[in-house]
Amino acid sequence: MNLTLKIWRQAGPRHPGELVTYKVKDISEDMSFLEMLDVLNEELNAKGEEPLAFDSDCREGICGSCGLMISGDAHGPERTTTCQLHMRSFSDGDVITVEPWRANAFPVIKDLVVDRGAFDRIIQAGGYISVNTGSAPDAHSTPVPKENADRAFMAAECIGCGACVAACPNASAMLFMGAKVTHLSELPQGQPERDARVVSMVDQHDHEGFGGCTNVGACSQACPKGIPQDVISTLNKDLRGALRG
Amino acid sequence: MSVATTTSSRPATARRTTIGLKILMAGTGLVFVGYLLLHMFGNLKALAGEEAFNDYAENLRTVGEPFLPYAGLLWIVRVVLLLSLVGHAYAAYSLWARAGSARRTKYAAVKTAARTAWMRWGGTFLLLFVVWHLLQFTIVKFSVNADKQGPDVQQNPYELVVASFQVPWNTLIYVLAMVALAFHLSHGVFSASQTLGLTGSAQAYRRAKLLGHAVAVVIVGGFLVPPFAILFGLIK
Amino acid sequence: MTDTTVNAGITHGLYTDGDPVADTKAPAGPVQDMWTTRKFEAALVNPANRRKLDVIIVGTGLAGGSAAATLGEAGYNVKVFCFQDSPRRAHSIAAQGGINAAKNYKEDGDSVFRLFYDTVKGGDYRSRESNVYRLAEVSANIIDQCVAQGVPFAREYGGLLDNRSFGGVQVSRTFYARGQTGQQLLIGAYQALERQVAAGTVQQYTRHEMLELVVADGRARGIVARDLVTGEIETHAADAVVLASGGYGNVFYLSTNAMGSNVTASWRAHRKGAYMANPCYTQIHPTCIPVAGEHQSKLTLMSESLRNDGRIWVPKNREDCDKDPRDIPEEDRDYYLERIYPSFGNLVPRDIASRQAKNVCDEGRGVGPMVGDFRRGVYLDFADAIARLGKAAVESKYGNLFDMYARITGENPYETPMRIYPAVHYVMGGLWVDYDLQSTIPGLFVTGEANFSDHGANRLGASALMQGLADGYFVLPNTIRDYLAKGPFEPLAPDHPAVVEAQTSVEERTARLLAINGERSVDSFHKELGAIMWEYCGMERSEEGLLKAIDLIRGLREEFWRNVRVLGAADTLNQSLEKAGRVADFLELGELMCIDALHRRESCGGHFRAESQTEDGEALRHDDEFLYVAAWEFGGGEGLGETGRPVLHKEDLVYEAIELKQRSYK
Ligand SMILES: Cc1cc2nc3c(=O)[nH]c(=O)nc-3n(C[C@H](O)[C@H](O)[C@H](O)COP(=O)(O)OP(=O)(O)OC[C@H]3O[C@@H](n4cnc5c(N)ncnc54)[C@H](O)[C@@H]3O)c2cc1C
Ligand code: HEM
Ligand code: SF4
Ligand code: FES
Repeated sequence: MNLTLKIWRQAGPRHPGELVTYKVKDISEDMSFLEMLDVLNEELNAKGEEPLAFDSDCREGICGSCGLMISGDAHGPERTTTCQLHMRSFSDGDVITVEPWRANAFPVIKDLVVDRGAFDRIIQAGGYISVNTGSAPDAHSTPVPKENADRAFMAAECIGCGACVAACPNASAMLFMGAKVTHLSELPQGQPERDARVVSMVDQHDHEGFGGCTNVGACSQACPKGIPQDVISTLNKDLRGALRG
Repeated sequence: MSVATTTSSRPATARRTTIGLKILMAGTGLVFVGYLLLHMFGNLKALAGEEAFNDYAENLRTVGEPFLPYAGLLWIVRVVLLLSLVGHAYAAYSLWARAGSARRTKYAAVKTAARTAWMRWGGTFLLLFVVWHLLQFTIVKFSVNADKQGPDVQQNPYELVVASFQVPWNTLIYVLAMVALAFHLSHGVFSASQTLGLTGSAQAYRRAKLLGHAVAVVIVGGFLVPPFAILFGLIK
Repeated sequence: MTDTTVNAGITHGLYTDGDPVADTKAPAGPVQDMWTTRKFEAALVNPANRRKLDVIIVGTGLAGGSAAATLGEAGYNVKVFCFQDSPRRAHSIAAQGGINAAKNYKEDGDSVFRLFYDTVKGGDYRSRESNVYRLAEVSANIIDQCVAQGVPFAREYGGLLDNRSFGGVQVSRTFYARGQTGQQLLIGAYQALERQVAAGTVQQYTRHEMLELVVADGRARGIVARDLVTGEIETHAADAVVLASGGYGNVFYLSTNAMGSNVTASWRAHRKGAYMANPCYTQIHPTCIPVAGEHQSKLTLMSESLRNDGRIWVPKNREDCDKDPRDIPEEDRDYYLERIYPSFGNLVPRDIASRQAKNVCDEGRGVGPMVGDFRRGVYLDFADAIARLGKAAVESKYGNLFDMYARITGENPYETPMRIYPAVHYVMGGLWVDYDLQSTIPGLFVTGEANFSDHGANRLGASALMQGLADGYFVLPNTIRDYLAKGPFEPLAPDHPAVVEAQTSVEERTARLLAINGERSVDSFHKELGAIMWEYCGMERSEEGLLKAIDLIRGLREEFWRNVRVLGAADTLNQSLEKAGRVADFLELGELMCIDALHRRESCGGHFRAESQTEDGEALRHDDEFLYVAAWEFGGGEGLGETGRPVLHKEDLVYEAIELKQRSYK
């Protein structure tokens, strides 16, 4: 298929950027979206134009490196990561707009590459269980009801891609944070730090410049891992718990 | 297990977070919902006739006597409502401003989240409406009906209501406000449940959504009955 | 059938023989006691002194992330580096199947000794007993540690941990978190690491790539790294350097590794004197999604756990190969693994499953689209499992894998059998380390997939995660202190000749890559190298092919430094420049892999030499000649891309606890 691409190009963090139009030909529907961009990059390189910068690493939907806003949809029209989006989701002649994640907390580094360091800092603020290596009791000393274990796992599936922020009308990171808080709050091991964790993390979230949540659910719709809205409820509940305590 | 708690829990900080603001908004929002249910119930008394309606208005002022002075409870309610309104609007506008600056460069290709806009613009419209409504029925008590003027109308709540809703454009304002309210509540009640952390499972989440729609239908439906009844001459 | 050809490598003047490796530093005594002895004998560092000791860790995967967290907790001053934008994205995240541990929670006869035995046997008797025993010994602690961190392993209804069995063994000792075990373990290590970042013991350098090792006065004292955002070339000094930079499977271009996985950190250390051990030992994983076309940028693994319920087959007759598989009757299907290996069936180790898949495809019985002259695929069929367990049960076990398959291929695996084919997945080879995980450069430690230590010639499923975490949480923190106790060393002056040399060489290399401005893109070189490696140094290797490959690689490397085109500047984010540096190193590594493969005229584990097989085509080892680790010393080389003749140092393998046997899975 042949496509028209309008892609955000920006030389550096402080440079202005603009949408530039490119045409690509003979794209196979078995290609992934990023492989299609690889083809474009090879062509640009051959023409002596600097290739387009975008992040990707595992290319199998698990590392969370990739992430593009594709014609207004975070990670494109399917519920998956950009690297797992295949060209069979598009048709010949389509015009596709490709932009970086937009949020002040995710500044653009170059072209489609953004800095998601804010996520690391939110985790640093409390997204962990404090247990030094070597001091753990036998793994079977605390059984975890399957229900809790399953919900913890579901929440822990978050890959930290940032699509939730990108899709949110408020550029809020509540889904990302809710996923982490739920993961840890569901487990007996996560209880001692429960209150402190949520307060520090939300505090850091606000400090990074993410917006507040309006519970519209755009994040869950964009999330490649299908992290549901109820993790935000758990997050809110934990914060309310901390307010009381 | 050696577990070191690295930071102490800080309720003071918790309150200042975006979620703290949201909880304020949810709490005050629910105060409105509670009030609106009562208010709607009172309005429906109009269907039972002038006496019932005016008795009800008078009753509102005498409940709690002699423990409370005349109209004491009414004033308490008014103060709570006013504070809630201030709190609610403060939270709403500060979060709105925050969200605005959280994404300064906008997308070229956007799919907007209509609900968020509804809440904000709809809420603002409601605020203006509340001012109009209070001026009309509580503070100034003026009549917009050219045919029915004078102290008789102004000092008889029943008469004032009937006089006002006989005027189509005034009724239209109320209908529009109720449409805005319906949208605001159908998302707001659900949203408040989520904000208060009551929707921690997929099932509870779906139920809260249903509840939001139900509350919106009941309240708005209830409020619209008297004005339409008057407009179509069922109540004179 | 014994091979009688002369040692081609030596005769062709490709390498020279050096002294044997003198000492692995494993304590004396029975293998069961070594680790206790070593921990006791390793010198201690006073807690007050730890803050004054700087440790650099390159890599934030399971091996690096766990080490950084643990050393940070202990109070050392740690700097940790990764090229991704967050430590959580290291490629360990992609591991699906699980992690082994000798917990014996299933009471099915598992024990530390059995895990040790299985791992040595799985590695085709080419690993070091002392290291493998220790790995088995600490495996149980890993699970405890991870559970305490909140890693959500799969559980049974009673709330206890669930286990499954994995290829190549007959007990259930694999702990898992659906098909995302690596992700969950890595997030655990990442969170522990971030906790230390918050505590101020660890400084984290993301989007930084190590491009050179600083060796001053005979010790590893720091690294030169490029800040990938600003392009700045920075020197970081330390008292010890740990490489946990992962595997180099991407030398094949197409592999299940991440796009950025590379050999640069290891290769730079190798050029500075660290020996590279068994570089030709590569693992080709049997269950990957076949190549779809020219554009392919990487291959995707389907977890080996699929082999627990899926049955592998190809048509008996070539004529059936392009038919709808559902129309091929039972009697016309060849369940070749079940046929050849009745006792292990579909669960034979990876090297065997892979080679048999290649064999049936070479016979013209492969399925799927033609790639060259052959169809390269075999069926992995769940029809029986779905009939037996029901679709829902299959979905709950493998749902995410099935979805991934459907997404990539556009086919529905619940209805038609999946197509799979082997792909490069893991490298057992890596930098040589002693029992302390220290390389031949004092002060340079190597952990995880980057070292060669535990898997011999073939790695069993679910044991790389185990090794990475064993190294990082339990082994390295205990052994590195013995070295650090000698520090802090004299501060490294910025004008120390070693620093200046390292820094300038990186700057020159960068400048050179940007200046060539030739005709071909970096990717085109990488693809060509990959094709050479896959053809001649892949699943089957022969003297003739390897000699040819070496020639081709040399030619390609020469062309690279003359004709590559890298656009953009040095002082911004420049992904072509990053790739170019990595491919330049792959072009040197590829040659060494071929030399290693050429010199080892036996078949063992993942290394299959066409000249060394039994009558029925199974790998044939030659323990009399090759019972050793091949540790290669860099042969020197002047200009960019020039390599001299590597020097072979042998470390003899001694089996005391386990008897050497020819592997059999029949
Ligand atoms: C698809 C797949 C599935 C797998 N499944 C399993 C499984 O089920 N069970 C199992 O046991 N094993 C499995 N493995 C193997 C296992 O995942 C890996 O061997 C292991 O995770 C490697 O961990 P590591 O920490 O050594 O390296 P990695 O996780 O690869 O980490 C390497 C780190 O080094 C950094 N780095 C590299 N080079 C540089 C440089 N020059 N400068 C700065 N930083 C650098 C990277 O940024 C990264 O942080 C699987 C592997 C793959 C590819
Ligand atoms: C007087 C009538 C009003 C009622 C009954 C009401 C009710 C509610 C309720 C119940 C919520 C849900 C709270 C939550 O989820 O956190 C809410 C949210 C909100 N309200 Fe109001 N409100 C009223 C007036 C206003 C006004 C005057 C504004 C002015 C801006 C406003 C703006 C908002 C906004 C922006 C939200 C957040 C929406 C969200 O959470 O998605 N409301 N309101
Ligand atoms: S919650 Fe979903 S969208 Fe947000 S970072 Fe995690 S995986 Fe990405
Ligand atoms: S590249 Fe890893 S998730 Fe897309």
